[in-house]
Amino acid sequence: MVAHAEIRVVHRGGSKINFREPVITNDSRFLLCASGESVKVYSSSSEECVHDLQGHTDLVSGIVRNPSNHLQVYSCSADGTVRLWDFTDGILIKTFIIGYPIYSIYVSENHGGVVFVVVPMANDKSSELFQLVAVHLPRSEDQEVEARELSAVLCDVRPSGAASFGREGEYIAAAKGLQLEVFFFKKQKSYRFFLKPGNKKWAKNAFTCVSCHPKEDCIATGHEDGKIRLWRNFNQKKEYTYSTLHWHHGAVNTLQFTPEGTNLLSGGIESVLVQWRYTQETQMDFLPRLGGAITHIAVSPDGSLFCTSHSDNKITIIQSCVKVSAVIQGLVKGEGVRTNLMIDPRSKALVLNGKPGHLQFYSLHRDKLLYNLDIVQQEYIHEEGLDQFEVVRAAFDTRGDWLATVEERTQKGSELEINLKMWAYDEKTQSFVLNTTVTAPHDDQITAMCFSPSPETTMLVTISFDGHFKAWLLADNSDTTAEGASWSCDFVGGYHLLKPGCCCFSADGSLLAVGFQEVVTVWSPSWELLTTLSQPPGAIRDLCFGRLSCSKYLLGTSTKNQLCCWNLLTCSLEWSTPVDVSLLQADPLSENMAAFCSQSGCSDLFVFKPSEPLPLYSQRALCTGKVQHAVFAPRDQMLESCEEHAQWLNRSQLYFLTQHMDLMTFSTKSEEDRLLASSKRLMVDDSVAVTPFYLLLGKHRQQQEALTNPMAERIQLPQGSIAIKELLYTPAHVLPSASFLCSMFVRSLLISSSPAREEKEPVEEEMESEEEDSEGEAELRDARQDLGGSAAWGPGEELGAPALTKAQERELRRVKHFDHSWLSSLLEC
Amino acid sequence: MASFKSTKIPIYPKLGEKVTPDTLYWKNYKAPVQIKEFGAVTSIDFSPLAPHNYAVTASTRIHIYGPFSQEPVKTFTRFKDTAYSGKFRSDGQLLLAGCEDSVVRLFDVSGKVALRMFKGHTKGVHVTDFTSDCYHILTGSDDYTCRLWDIPNSTELTSYKEHTDYIRCGTTSKLNRDIFITGSYDHTLRVFDARVEKSVMTMDHSQPVESVLLYPSEGLLVSAGGRYVKVWDLLKGGQPLVSLKNHHKTVTCLSLSSNGQRLLSASLDRHVKIYNTTNYKVVHNFDYAASILSLALAPDDESIVVGMTNGVLSIKHRKSPEGKQEVAGKQRRRPVYRVFVKGRNYVPKNDDFLVSKPVKSNLAKYDKQLKRFNISKALDTALESWQKNRKPEITVAVMKELDRRGTLKNALAGRDEQNLSQLLNFLIGNVVDPRFTPVLVTATEMILDIYQAVVGQSSVVDRQLVRLQELVEREIDYQQELLEVLGMLDTLFAASLPRKEVPCPGSSRPNGLAEGGLGAPVPQLQAA
Repeated sequence: MVAHAEIRVVHRGGSKINFREPVITNDSRFLLCASGESVKVYSSSSEECVHDLQGHTDLVSGIVRNPSNHLQVYSCSADGTVRLWDFTDGILIKTFIIGYPIYSIYVSENHGGVVFVVVPMANDKSSELFQLVAVHLPRSEDQEVEARELSAVLCDVRPSGAASFGREGEYIAAAKGLQLEVFFFKKQKSYRFFLKPGNKKWAKNAFTCVSCHPKEDCIATGHEDGKIRLWRNFNQKKEYTYSTLHWHHGAVNTLQFTPEGTNLLSGGIESVLVQWRYTQETQMDFLPRLGGAITHIAVSPDGSLFCTSHSDNKITIIQSCVKVSAVIQGLVKGEGVRTNLMIDPRSKALVLNGKPGHLQFYSLHRDKLLYNLDIVQQEYIHEEGLDQFEVVRAAFDTRGDWLATVEERTQKGSELEINLKMWAYDEKTQSFVLNTTVTAPHDDQITAMCFSPSPETTMLVTISFDGHFKAWLLADNSDTTAEGASWSCDFVGGYHLLKPGCCCFSADGSLLAVGFQEVVTVWSPSWELLTTLSQPPGAIRDLCFGRLSCSKYLLGTSTKNQLCCWNLLTCSLEWSTPVDVSLLQADPLSENMAAFCSQSGCSDLFVFKPSEPLPLYSQRALCTGKVQHAVFAPRDQMLESCEEHAQWLNRSQLYFLTQHMDLMTFSTKSEEDRLLASSKRLMVDDSVAVTPFYLLLGKHRQQQEALTNPMAERIQLPQGSIAIKELLYTPAHVLPSASFLCSMFVRSLLISSSPAREEKEPVEEEMESEEEDSEGEAELRDARQDLGGSAAWGPGEELGAPALTKAQERELRRVKHFDHSWLSSLLEC
Repeated sequence: MASFKSTKIPIYPKLGEKVTPDTLYWKNYKAPVQIKEFGAVTSIDFSPLAPHNYAVTASTRIHIYGPFSQEPVKTFTRFKDTAYSGKFRSDGQLLLAGCEDSVVRLFDVSGKVALRMFKGHTKGVHVTDFTSDCYHILTGSDDYTCRLWDIPNSTELTSYKEHTDYIRCGTTSKLNRDIFITGSYDHTLRVFDARVEKSVMTMDHSQPVESVLLYPSEGLLVSAGGRYVKVWDLLKGGQPLVSLKNHHKTVTCLSLSSNGQRLLSASLDRHVKIYNTTNYKVVHNFDYAASILSLALAPDDESIVVGMTNGVLSIKHRKSPEGKQEVAGKQRRRPVYRVFVKGRNYVPKNDDFLVSKPVKSNLAKYDKQLKRFNISKALDTALESWQKNRKPEITVAVMKELDRRGTLKNALAGRDEQNLSQLLNFLIGNVVDPRFTPVLVTATEMILDIYQAVVGQSSVVDRQLVRLQELVEREIDYQQELLEVLGMLDTLFAASLPRKEVPCPGSSRPNGLAEGGLGAPVPQLQAA
């Protein structure tokens, strides 16, 4: 195994972004959300991911703004730490170690230096009871701080989303089950209010969420039955009152008051954002059909932007409750992947079923959803317990011209509804267009389908539990009708009324293998049964033809722990091994096959060539549970790895979905190195936009800093001439204003001494010290102080300084700051 | 925010024949005009001259009809016995007819009395024709001879006695005055050249030949006899080209459409089939009331005239294109193009503030109701649309959508007598339609469940329920019968399919089937 150490299983993309409530920054420019073990910073206008704040070692379970600094956020995680981040630069400022897994975090402006976190009551992860504790964050210069000063506030709270601070942080309200608890900090006293269980059919009174009015003493609570209750006068045990609002027909998932308290936003399974006017509750505004069920609502501090998280791994940004301005969509994984993982041959995107009734095209390289293709084309009714059409199968032909989909709807007490749809790729619109719909193509579920890879015919084969397989052919009847080509059934085949389970075309399309329980039947294109192969006992689970030089082999896996390889030329068994293969996948670009085997609750991977029963590569205990879906994605550019065991990753990359719906892949050392290098380069590029102006100033300074010798003055002239050159060769329309350049230009020609600068230095130092702390890289600070102390540090500043305004000065300082980080990284290397 | 997706109305495949340019062309005829003749109509011939009158030979008369007249414009009655084969000469001035009394008569079209009588045959003459030079005639008779005659002095030129049975059809070449072809009940077609003593070509049709036809190019010959229509290549020495078997009774008559692209064949099975002459596929089909004996097409396919055994002459005229234009002229004047593009190509100025208007999507009425979750109203609207334009697809689609939403029961409930009877009416009309049955059966069951309690309160509803019951019972019986037929067919197919042994190589013992296993597997084929 030592030899294999350099191939790693890495988590690649597609993590959840709707796990916890997102946070909009004060200036509404960024949106932060918890995504797996990191925090993602999105631009709220361009939908692009700006930073990925990495540092937590377990699931991030909450993000809040730092009430005392609007450029910082706290995040908490199940790894027992609270971390403070600077999200504009993507820098970790501080880590507070709490020591218990944290499930959510709350802060209030009026409780400075304190965060409220939800931790389990008993000190182990499996505990079902949670408590809300206040944590005093110690003031310390250190990077990592132990925060052990915990004081319990509320016992028995829900792990997330059921606590809210009231007016000016005077009280905190939390709800669980049928009980609402309000804790007043001044009195150090809590009141509890109970509702009746409501055993009638439509009265499920349990609390689902709670939100407090920011200006008045009012608590809004959402309930299972879709009601919203507004509680008032709750600072006593007896004479509290509540009024009830009812619009939602399903449970209210989330409630949020706008910052001024004029509106109350609510959302639920209906996927309608409802805006209630506070005090005029009969007036409502609706924003319907946002996507999946609304799970969280967040409002920007100025109230201009709302954002809603949806159950389909999506965040919608809404401008003042009328217009959807942006949609951030993650990989939709839903309850399970019904279709297999596929690669679109054109866009090289990963394709699987996403939103109900849609296929999603997900770019693996950019970790971004490209688009959703509406397959069912029906209005989705957001209601629980409703059977709707689901995309269950999909297949691409080899060139990506055709897409076939199967949608299915099972309804209790009535027969199965199946539709088979063929989609043609339209060059003009760059998407798939529906060509043919076949209603009820089979009498029972379609278990598999595949396109014939042969270039002459466009043929699809569907396999169904009704004991038949059907071949569908593209019939070009354009000469008789104006409609053009459409699909029709060409052949119906079966074998002794056995139920077929899988099918596979050989690489050239000259053979079709269909597995009928224990028997593999091999058919020619003219639908003659050529031969039958069988290796009893055990039904055939998966079939795969070899590729390229191994195309004479047919591989099959059976339910009784058997992996067989038949030679089709001799029609005999070549070899077989007793392994329980849960998934067999062929690399379309090479001879390699990947077999995922499940053994004692874990999955193993074997990569082999059909010609020899020895694995090229094997990895034990890949992940827990069975791997049901995997796909080989072709690489953009071939990797040139010379190690024998890593060569199978050269042409394509193997992606697989674990039981917990995490998308994983294999990566080699060299690839990781390359990625790391590119990300480093990217970070530098990120910090300062590459404009001609930047090049002008950047090069200017870079040169000066590289030469930190006392002889700096001497090379002023050539440096100046470079500046002149830059100035002259840069297009005029991208240059800063002439008044700004003029002084610099002139000064670059002069030989200057630095007298005026000395007074300014201390002030600047002070201002920067904060930032330095935040950065926390000791050696960087050292480097900078060295630089700052030296005489060479000045000239860049000095050049601009007399002509600059305050704002420009600050800007320049920022630029300078970035420059150092870049330089330091250079030095590290 | 996605917009509301409207209810999908499925497009059901059109059953029956496909609409092709051919069907459009051949359906573009008016309803047939029927004229009763005195006996079976044995021959129809169009005059090549401008008004294109046609001669109809039936019983002992020949009637000449004008192109649009219902009454004959002229009648020739001077026949002692049944007349046959009334033919116009290529200048349209003379008419030739054979007769059962073995005399061939030549008439002037304007006269009444025969100009010439050709006597010599000993039995009835069924075939007459002019040669291309207009001075000779060809006759074929039941006395097994065919003869050439000179018109001016009505003398017999030559006689050929090569056939061994009745000669019932023949034609002369339009390009060469010496060549003619005859077909006989002795199953042969013979090509004769008047310049030689014997037939120059013989083809075996293997059925009594009823009709022959030469292509305008005269390279191909078509013959009809028995159930077969055969095409022969004369330039390749009479090689058979195609044999068509599309009729199930004797084919009696052949004709070519005006452009020579389509071949028509008429048969005793009461059908006229139209073939494409490039691939000899049937492109269209006419049905008639009785067995057809004769068929002719006017020049430019202006009319199709068919004579039948019961003496009915059926004439179909082509629909005139002017009629259509009149209808178009009556249509409401649409707003001019300018109205639609008004303001569309306006380019905003630099300092204009643009107010974008959201594109309004047009939803159907029922979709608007569905969008607001007004389920009963949506169903009402859908039913209304069915009453208005009799399109059950929409109503069924809305019902399906309601069923999908799980609210069909609520939408069906709470209806009064009138509403319910309307609903039942719809169900009675469509529940047995195989396209709608899956949806409507659920709806019917729901209605019966809901309104169980009120059965017997309204006579209208009760009557409809009884009708529905009868309908369903009849359908069940029908399905039963169909299943029986299917079972019978399966047996027949199974018996007719050759049993094919699948190669089961002996060497593949470990992977092949166990010897005592399933035996020789037979691929199960099913009609798609």
